[in-house]
Amino acid sequence: MSGFPTLLAKELLRFWKVSVQTVAAPVLTAALFLVVFASAFEGRVRVHQDIPYTAFLVPGLAMMSLLQNAFANSSSSLVQSKMTGNIVFMLLAPLSALEIFGAYVLAAMVRGLVVGVGVLAATAWFVELRLEAPPWALAFALLGGALLGALGLLAGIVSDKIDQMAAFQNFVIMPLTFLSGVFYSIAALPPFWQAVSHANPFFYLVDGFRYGFFGLSDFPPAASLAVVAASLAAVSWITLALLHSGYKLRH
Amino acid sequence: MVKRYGGLRALDGVSLDVAQGEFFGLLGPNGAGKTSLINVLAGLARPQAGAARVMGADVVADARRARRMLGVVPQELVFDPFFTVRETLRLQSGYYGIRRNDAWIDEIIAHLDLASKADENMRALSGGMKRRVLVAQALVHKPPVIILDEPTAGVDVELRQGLWQFVRRLNRDGHTIVLTTHYLEEAELHCNRIAMLKAGRIVALDSTRNLLETFSGVTLRMRLDRAELPGGLPARILSREGPLFVLKLEDYRQLEAALARLREAGVQVIEMELQPPDLEEVFLRLTGEDPGALEATR
Repeated sequence: MSGFPTLLAKELLRFWKVSVQTVAAPVLTAALFLVVFASAFEGRVRVHQDIPYTAFLVPGLAMMSLLQNAFANSSSSLVQSKMTGNIVFMLLAPLSALEIFGAYVLAAMVRGLVVGVGVLAATAWFVELRLEAPPWALAFALLGGALLGALGLLAGIVSDKIDQMAAFQNFVIMPLTFLSGVFYSIAALPPFWQAVSHANPFFYLVDGFRYGFFGLSDFPPAASLAVVAASLAAVSWITLALLHSGYKLRH
Repeated sequence: MVKRYGGLRALDGVSLDVAQGEFFGLLGPNGAGKTSLINVLAGLARPQAGAARVMGADVVADARRARRMLGVVPQELVFDPFFTVRETLRLQSGYYGIRRNDAWIDEIIAHLDLASKADENMRALSGGMKRRVLVAQALVHKPPVIILDEPTAGVDVELRQGLWQFVRRLNRDGHTIVLTTHYLEEAELHCNRIAMLKAGRIVALDSTRNLLETFSGVTLRMRLDRAELPGGLPARILSREGPLFVLKLEDYRQLEAALARLREAGVQVIEMELQPPDLEEVFLRLTGEDPGALEATR
């Protein structure tokens, strides 16, 4: 029998045991964003003709939280294990690169989804959301969680210390998620910044996810899905190759 | 086997076999390569040259099978602060694909005197208790080969004895034991065979008995009826203080000759004590290290 289900269970338990910090806190943060931005801009800003700004904001915030938490889960779990040394228990066991990858990424997806759903649920009572194309929303949520979970694992493998991983999180993941069109439609941006936004892979995740709610997007959702799937394949390939080689794990 | 870390040759051409069922000791000063060797066996490090097999399974090419055969008690007191003792052991079983392992887990818990701590969080345990859990974790999958890297470092006497009882029982049941330790008396007491490492090379590899016989003599402490020794004694004088002498004999056969020489010279022996060879001396001679200093730096 494979050790994969146990490793997955352990990764799930790890964040679930501290869910106040790993689930409730990010949901609260997203809700605060919504309250502040909504009270500041509601009625003044209209992104699309028939979508109120607050409603526009909600899916983006949910996706942003999903992405950040999926990344945080796999990266912090691995770096903490490396720092405390208890990664040895996983490395001593007959677990393959694919099993380790699968367990970390799936657990990251679950945490991302739980937080994302939490954000939607927490905001549902004062924002009325439509759900035009749920399969699209689900597809982007799953792929987004997987992509960031894999990126987190990659960052965790490469980082030797908590602060290296935190630097990656604060200077790469945070800006990219923040500037991915969560708070605005990139159609409103000058052409140069529109082009820059298109180079941001997270833009496609937010835009595609939002399409699932409103049936409207800045970019065709199928094309977005292709970009995201290609990114996931590339990041997964690199991460699996590193796991297989034992880079920075098996010295 | 060769293992380099940057410019450092941690293992510089080590080659050895441990037979099934042996209680094998790996000895050497800090930095001799003991842990590097264990890490290669456990798949935690990869050698630049050479190969290692556990029960016939190559640790790189056939890593999954090799890891099932091996239980490793790491040197550092590592633990996962998210879990209790029992959870830790269940998880570790699961990593090996073993479900419903509670009967065996209970048995290990009982043998290692962990029962009262089974449902406590790992964080709340003392160092000695954490060490016991590490031993338990290495045994969850009933590995035929068990490697203990400094298992008794920082562990109180009572636990040390309990631990050795348990490990000896495992050895009697057919488990192969590989042990590294700084406590030479432990190696002397438990190991059938010993490899001594120094700077990544094996400087001695033999049965414990042969090592002791080959490398170490007998120490003879005597109080005589006078403060001088007759000439022509077949022994080296280690120290003298008034009528107290400490002599070094090459082996027990020299004892008779030494006593005969004393009788001839009319010297009376008032007190006498013989100390058998000990591993500490072998260690000292082979590694050029002072084991006392070694203990102090740990």
